[in-house]
Amino acid sequence: MADVVVDRTRVTRATGARKGTSLRNALGRKSTVAFFLTLPLILLIAMLVLYPAFYSLYLATLNKAMTKFVGLSNFTFLFKRETFWMVVQQSCIFAITAVIFKALIGFIVAHFVHNIPGKKQRKWRGMLLVPWVIPPAMSTLAWLWLFDPSYSAFNYTLSFFGVGPIPWLGDTFWARFSVILVNVWYGAPFFLIMYLAALKSVPDQLYEAAAIDGANWWQRIWYVTLPMMRNIIAITTLFSLIVTFANFDIVRILTSGGPLDTTHLFATWAFQVGIQSSDIPLGACVSLFMVPILAVAAIFILRDVSKRGNEA
Amino acid sequence: MSTLTIDKAGPSRKVKYGSMSRDRAWALRWSYFFLVLFAIFFLTPPIYMLITSLKSSAEISAATNPWWVFHPTLSNYAELLTSNQFLRFFWNSSIVSIVVVFITMLISIPAAFALARMKFWGSATLATGVFLTYLIPDSLLFIPLFKMLGVVQDYTGITLLNRWYVLLFIYPTLTVPFCTWIMIGYFASIPKELDEAALIDGASWLQTLTRIFIPVALPGLIAATIFAFTVSWAQFLYPLVFTTSIDQLVLPVGITTTLIKGDVFNWGQIMTGALLGAAPPLIIYAFLMDYYIAGLTAGATKG
Repeated sequence: MADVVVDRTRVTRATGARKGTSLRNALGRKSTVAFFLTLPLILLIAMLVLYPAFYSLYLATLNKAMTKFVGLSNFTFLFKRETFWMVVQQSCIFAITAVIFKALIGFIVAHFVHNIPGKKQRKWRGMLLVPWVIPPAMSTLAWLWLFDPSYSAFNYTLSFFGVGPIPWLGDTFWARFSVILVNVWYGAPFFLIMYLAALKSVPDQLYEAAAIDGANWWQRIWYVTLPMMRNIIAITTLFSLIVTFANFDIVRILTSGGPLDTTHLFATWAFQVGIQSSDIPLGACVSLFMVPILAVAAIFILRDVSKRGNEA
Repeated sequence: MSTLTIDKAGPSRKVKYGSMSRDRAWALRWSYFFLVLFAIFFLTPPIYMLITSLKSSAEISAATNPWWVFHPTLSNYAELLTSNQFLRFFWNSSIVSIVVVFITMLISIPAAFALARMKFWGSATLATGVFLTYLIPDSLLFIPLFKMLGVVQDYTGITLLNRWYVLLFIYPTLTVPFCTWIMIGYFASIPKELDEAALIDGASWLQTLTRIFIPVALPGLIAATIFAFTVSWAQFLYPLVFTTSIDQLVLPVGITTTLIKGDVFNWGQIMTGALLGAAPPLIIYAFLMDYYIAGLTAGATKG
């Protein structure tokens, strides 16, 4: 807040002294300039993000032909459908399991990368981030081919160990497993990079002090690393929770929700109901169920972000 | 707490002291071992893409060892790179991504400048709002946007659905919030003395932005550009919903819908297409890795 006052007087003094214009004129000019600079951003957000968000609330209250207002009957219709509850369950299983494994793998691999000499870290980090760089639609195609029912390269390899052909995408359990596996594969590098950056920011003195106190490696992680990284772990996890919960590409390409709708997430089911079966109100209704979870995660992220801002 | 740990680990410390370097060496060896394992896990799909793309369809259906190419051939590449359809997808993707990068920069740089330096009424709220917008996923907005485009089309008579150019308006909703957010961070880290000096020298706001802020925050600008490009290139849901005709598709949708829908899954071509589609982001990443990573981490650390 102090910045604002100081800045403003400085500006007026500078321009005033130079051009001799009045104080009010200069003030007016600055906020006008600021307004015009942010106007495109405000328009974009208002027209293409905020308006559609509220529009989908309105859409969710219409009947299938979108001719009359039906109130909440779309919602009550969903509550009666078994598929809906399956989607809720699968979305939660998918998001929570995937985020936990992404965070664990990211944390572990970040430590391994941090352990090796500095010069080689760059090379390894570069290699390990590749899954995050490839567009998910493309890499999921590779997974689809690896999971192919008759030519699966995984089953070919596993057959040498006497493990029978696994129906990667044909069986409910394995299809859920595969979808989560691909998501973990795609998202873990992001955690790795975030945690690696956080690990590098922990001062060495803390580890030296811990070593002098006789802490073993587990105590060093528990009492030094984790508390120092707590903020970044929280933000990364919450952010990833939002992205994973709203995931579309992987499930759409890998299983299209099958077998028997058991791998559908909110996004893919909303797509199937709203676009493919052209029941737009019901589709809007399905996607709106993501809002509560997204909102809770967003509130926590915002709290952490502003906390960081105050610390700095 | 600290006294407890000292008591517990006190005696064992003497024993460990001498073997410190040997412990390090073993930790290093184990680190490499596990890193190799994870690298195999992370790199299997892209390498398998490459392997399959070099096979003829006869070799793929012969069910030989899938991890090895016995008769490498470039016929898949030749076929795709001479197919008008594939080149059309590539062209659509390129033009959409490049134009979206320009639109994103035109919107987010001035906005970030205003939000970082010209504190005005509601600027803090707006900055938070921008960050929140970034958290709204595409899967929440595609249905209302689809309907909105239909309504606008009916009112104005301009064809919007099933046209690639509609993506130019939609993609910025994904790129602008994050780019603005990281540019605010980079601009805010520029010392105030710099723009004060510029003001004293008589520079206008515009000159301060173009002569001071953009050159100094160039690394951030590059990171934001890379982000905007890769996001537009990889976007799958919006083009899947908004475009259907083959000549309007972008690469990810084109490959998944046209190559997969044939009677026979031509995996050689699908993998080649996927690899070619993944190439532009991978090439950018290979050359500008540091900027890429800076952009990735800036989102959360520059709060």
